[in-house]
Amino acid sequence: MDLRQALQMVSRSDAGMVRSHNEDAVFFNVAQGMAILADGMGGYNAGEVASGMATNLLGTELEKAFQKMGPHQLDASGKLYSHSVLEAEIARANTAIYQAAQSQPQYAGMGTTLVVALFYDNMMTVAHIGDSRLYRLRGDEFHAVTRDHSLLQEQIDSGMITAEEARHSQNKNLVTRALGVDPAVEPEIRDYDTMPGDVYLLCSDGLNDMVEDEEIALTLQALSANLDLAATQLIQTANDSGGRDNVSVVLVRIAREYPAARGWWARLLQWFK
Amino acid sequence: MAAKLILSMDGLVLKEIPLTKERTTIGRKPHNDIQIDNLAISGEHSVIVTILNDSFLEDLNSTNGTYVNGQPIKKHFLQNNDVVELGKYKLKYINEAPSQTTAADFEKTMVLRPDLMKKTAEQTAAKSPSMSDTQVGMKAVDTHTGMTPPPAAPAVAPPPPSQAVPMGAIQILTGANAGKELELTKNLTTLGKPGVQVAVITRRPHGYFITHVEGANMPVVNGAVLDAHPRELKDHDVIELAGVKMEFFLKG
Repeated sequence: MDLRQALQMVSRSDAGMVRSHNEDAVFFNVAQGMAILADGMGGYNAGEVASGMATNLLGTELEKAFQKMGPHQLDASGKLYSHSVLEAEIARANTAIYQAAQSQPQYAGMGTTLVVALFYDNMMTVAHIGDSRLYRLRGDEFHAVTRDHSLLQEQIDSGMITAEEARHSQNKNLVTRALGVDPAVEPEIRDYDTMPGDVYLLCSDGLNDMVEDEEIALTLQALSANLDLAATQLIQTANDSGGRDNVSVVLVRIAREYPAARGWWARLLQWFK
Repeated sequence: MAAKLILSMDGLVLKEIPLTKERTTIGRKPHNDIQIDNLAISGEHSVIVTILNDSFLEDLNSTNGTYVNGQPIKKHFLQNNDVVELGKYKLKYINEAPSQTTAADFEKTMVLRPDLMKKTAEQTAAKSPSMSDTQVGMKAVDTHTGMTPPPAAPAVAPPPPSQAVPMGAIQILTGANAGKELELTKNLTTLGKPGVQVAVITRRPHGYFITHVEGANMPVVNGAVLDAHPRELKDHDVIELAGVKMEFFLKG
């Protein structure tokens, strides 16, 4: 099913004002309703290698998998196909990055965060690892859908530190999960309903560390009619505030409903479209 | 660089104490890490819990209380230059961020890896007694604190560059709202009619810029039609948008 009529997507990625390398990587496919963002880490150019491997491998493999079967269908074990594909392909990408890091000394210790959003059947499945985020703007409400896998988030959850205090913490850069650093990884996979008019933002921490949530919300609200401009503006705001890290965004706007085609009549209808 | 405390009384510096331990206790009794032998100080007065680059101060139900910057506290997340007061004694908390030139490298995201943590935890086990879960109700502490602390990163994003440009404003020149003035206080102000024609004025460190957002017609500035790129606004530029003329000006 082609989602180009239902979804709009744009992405931007920038090295920022301080770093010489861009270790972020993004991938999206509007027709198949998928967006992927990764923020790599590791010395020299290893971070770029890790995030690039993650987005390329997952992008290609997910595209292939969903051509065979719709993400909304159930697999042999009764599980949503989207979930089983995400689990399997994230595990494969993890192994590939981990093995590259093990076998090549210049890549030792590399890894990457990951956030993947799949849109199908009026819903969204989000898989994430680490501190790259997915936010949702619905009407006036703007908040993060994902919860970081980071030391800071664990401290907030345990009540040790408030969200306000967290802004001043010096432990911002420590993630507790990453893709490719261990033989196995556990992604967090969740489903959400989507509504026409929603705007989703996938971003690396270079955005949310530099720009307040309210400022991001204001930008998306003001510029949701022009996603390209909204994305450019977000990157610019991060860079104007110092741009100390790579900054990447993928924006997804739900233009209209996109129920999955079920049964012969739906397929017929789809065929005539 | 590890954070430290500078102990002083009546402006006289008594001691410098680096916060290298996970728990640094302060009190009158001799078993405390920082012993202050004064009757105004409770036997176990307060404790500082340090996790990597962050330190938390907690009052241990002391008789005379623990104050930070003049305010009584039960629990406090210490910030650079905070002054902790116990009776007549002052403890200044110093946790300096590294210099800007090296900051970028330190900020790079790192993974807390269990195997690495285990190794370093074993190495440091002898000198750093582990903190039990219940003390601060934090699951992560035991597994993470064993790790070698990474170099400190600057605490917060620097405040946006100070407003070097004066405040900009828009005055409507034609139409029903002629004469009305709109101050551009936000970083982003949209103008026009949604669905018809909209432009946005962005405030940046080096000035104000107007960009087309939506609609078939582009905004006109001083008689020239804009393209898709942002255009910097100068004092007294005249903008035409959705049939309305307005003037941009800078307030002195």
